[in-house]
This record gives sequence, structure tokens and C-alpha cells, in this order.
Amino acid sequence: MVKAIEAQGLPIVHMCTIVPISKTVGANRIVPTVAIPYPLGNPELDPKDEKELRRKLVRKALKALETPVTEQTVF
Amino acid sequence: MGKKRIVHYINQFFAGIGGEEKADIKPEKSDGVVGPGMAFKGQLSDVAEIVGTVVCGDSYFSEHEADASETVLNMIESYKPDLVIVGPSFNAGRYGVAAGAVAKLVDENLHIPVVGGMYPENPGLDLYKKHGYFVETGNSAATMRKAIPAMADVVKQLLAGNEEITGYMPKGIRVNEFKEERGSKRAVDMLINKIQGKEFKTEYPMPTFDRVDPAPAVKDITKARIALVSSGGPVPKGNPDHIESSSASKYGKYSLKDIDDFTPENGETAHGGYDPVYANEDLDRVLPVDVIKEMLANGEFGSLHDYWYATVGNGTSVANAKKFGTEIGKQLKEDGVDAVILTST
Repeated sequence: MVKAIEAQGLPIVHMCTIVPISKTVGANRIVPTVAIPYPLGNPELDPKDEKELRRKLVRKALKALETPVTEQTVF
Repeated sequence: MGKKRIVHYINQFFAGIGGEEKADIKPEKSDGVVGPGMAFKGQLSDVAEIVGTVVCGDSYFSEHEADASETVLNMIESYKPDLVIVGPSFNAGRYGVAAGAVAKLVDENLHIPVVGGMYPENPGLDLYKKHGYFVETGNSAATMRKAIPAMADVVKQLLAGNEEITGYMPKGIRVNEFKEERGSKRAVDMLINKIQGKEFKTEYPMPTFDRVDPAPAVKDITKARIALVSSGGPVPKGNPDHIESSSASKYGKYSLKDIDDFTPENGETAHGGYDPVYANEDLDRVLPVDVIKEMLANGEFGSLHDYWYATVGNGTSVANAKKFGTEIGKQLKEDGVDAVILTST
């Protein structure tokens, strides 16, 4: 899906936990996340810290979209 | 050792004869290179010479296959080649089918290797891949500059007599071979080499996936329109489109207008491939709507697309995933989106 969207000429960042899978399927901008059932959170943190963690990951994703890449890149 | 002899098969278009209006020309041959053969010549001049080029109109070939086959084969054979190059034919359907058919003719009658180049979806590939070494190319002749060196590389490997050839799309042929050591020992040896950081070679390579070149980066994120997409199954509470928990056959498009933060009341996951407790408790953990809305308000990026797209990536077929992605990508593009964040679980 990542690839098919990118094929339309849209830069896309894949936020996912299992980076090797993302690499195998061919995502070009990859941001590793926390865990499979909660990629963008962590129920063990208090809500404020959890949100901060999420914010950092999304910022990293925006940064990835702004970064020119020529090959698969893990941010 | 003298140079090896190569014959090149191309269609009327690449021979510079003409486009569709000339697609009915009969096979013809000429000594030396024509069209893209020139570029191959540059790449291969150390090891081989393109001694002749055979040209046939794509329509002629498909409409008179028996006649065309015989003539083309005779023309190719007249040059006594060691190897035949067909194409590259990119995503041109009739050209791909003709090039594939020529590969089959050469393979079955002359028993010499054939190297071609096609876009993976070219129908000629599926029909004829076992008869040649077909290198993956882009879908149009604009990718010629990438296709030629890749094909030339396979040609060189074949002419050098390498036991193992790399860089082509699998032919779908399995060859039996016997090894001295049994599988269990080979597997353990491989594992030990891997752990020690030494080189090892898998005996069962993962399926190969096609690649897409990275899209250009967003120039100014503070002006960019961002869209959220997810394969983690984030849907409005109640899963209104009944997206399947596995082997999804569809995706959904949902409004972000009235959602600033997911709660157990407004969102849930449709995904059946992971423990849903955490996502159902707070779907922001899968689709980060709460922070996205705050960051939007803070001007950290330009604007947010009004909808998110979601499906369930759980045993979903590659064909479906590709279809969803293509449709979603097209819609996003039409709606003026500049960049996409896709989350997966």
C-alpha cells in the first residue's frame, strides 16, 4: 500500500514497528514505532508522557517527509 | 577468445520506423545495431558484438504469429548468435508478448540464452518468463537508461558462463540439486555464519517485491497538506464499513472534522491480527489524531486532509493492498495532498 501510494508521486512515511517487513515490501521512508498493538503509544506511561512520545514520533515522520532520500532510509 | 555474437530483437517503434501506423510491418533484419542496440553496444563492447538486429511490427507479430515466428527465427539464426537480446519492452503489451514469444522460439529452437527487459505487469512476462532472463524495468521507455545497464549486466554474466546469474525476475523454474551435507547442518552453518557476521546465503530467498523510487521530499512542511492512512484498522466506533478483521477486501474513508482525540467512544480497531485492547482504549495509539490536530494548530505543518483512510493489513493479499494503495493515492493526489503518513501495526 505504501508503495502504491508513493507510485502516485506522493512522498509517504511508513510508521511501523517491524522495520524489516517495511524494508522488504519497499517503503522508502521508515520511522520505527513502539510495539505492534500500540505503534504510537505506550500504555505503561502516564497519559501525558505517552502523548509526548507520540508527538516526537510524528515530528520525526514530518521530518522524514521533508528529507530527500535516494534509497530506503530508516529515520 | 573472440567476441561473442548477439542478435537484438526490437519492434518498429524502437527501430525508428514508426509508431502504431507502422505496427504492421513484416520482419526485417539488418546487420549491426539499430535504436537501443547502440546503447547495448556501448555497454557490451568488451565482450560481445551485436551482429544483427531483427525488427518486426508488434501488430504484425501478434496477427501473423506463425509466419512471423518462422521468419524471425530464421533471421536470428542466420547470424549464428551466442545470445539474443529482446527489447526492453517496458509495459508495452504487444511488444512484450512478441519479445516473449521470440524468447521462447530462441530458447526452444536454438538453445541459447535470451535476455529481455519488462515491467513486471507486462503480460508478456507471465506468458514467457521461463524462456528468458527478463530484467525488471520501469513502465515506460523513459527508464531506458536504467534498463540497458541492468540487462547488459545479465548478458555479461551469461556470456562469462557464470554458474549463478543474478539481476533478473524469477523464471518460476525450480532446479533440483544434490548437496553433500544434509539440510539441518546447512541451516545451522548458515545460522552460525549469520551470528558471526560472516557471509551466508539463503537457500530459500524471500519473494521479491517491486520497488518504487522515493518521491521527492516536501519542500516546506509548514505549507504541506498531510493525509493520514493506516493498515492498522483504525475505524470509527462500530466499524461502519464492516472492514474484515483479516484478508480485508476493502478500505474506508472517514472524516477527521469532528475528531480531535480518539476515545473508547469514537474509535476502535477492526484489525484481527493483534491484541485490540490498547487500540480500543485509545485509537490515537494507532492513528495519532490527537497530536496531529495539536501540531496542526501550532503550525508545525500546513494543513490536514479532512479524511483518513484505513484498512486492515492482516493476511491481506498483495493484489488488494496494491489496489487500495493505488486508489487511495490517486484520490489523495486529486484532493491536493502533498504527503502521507501511513501507520502500520
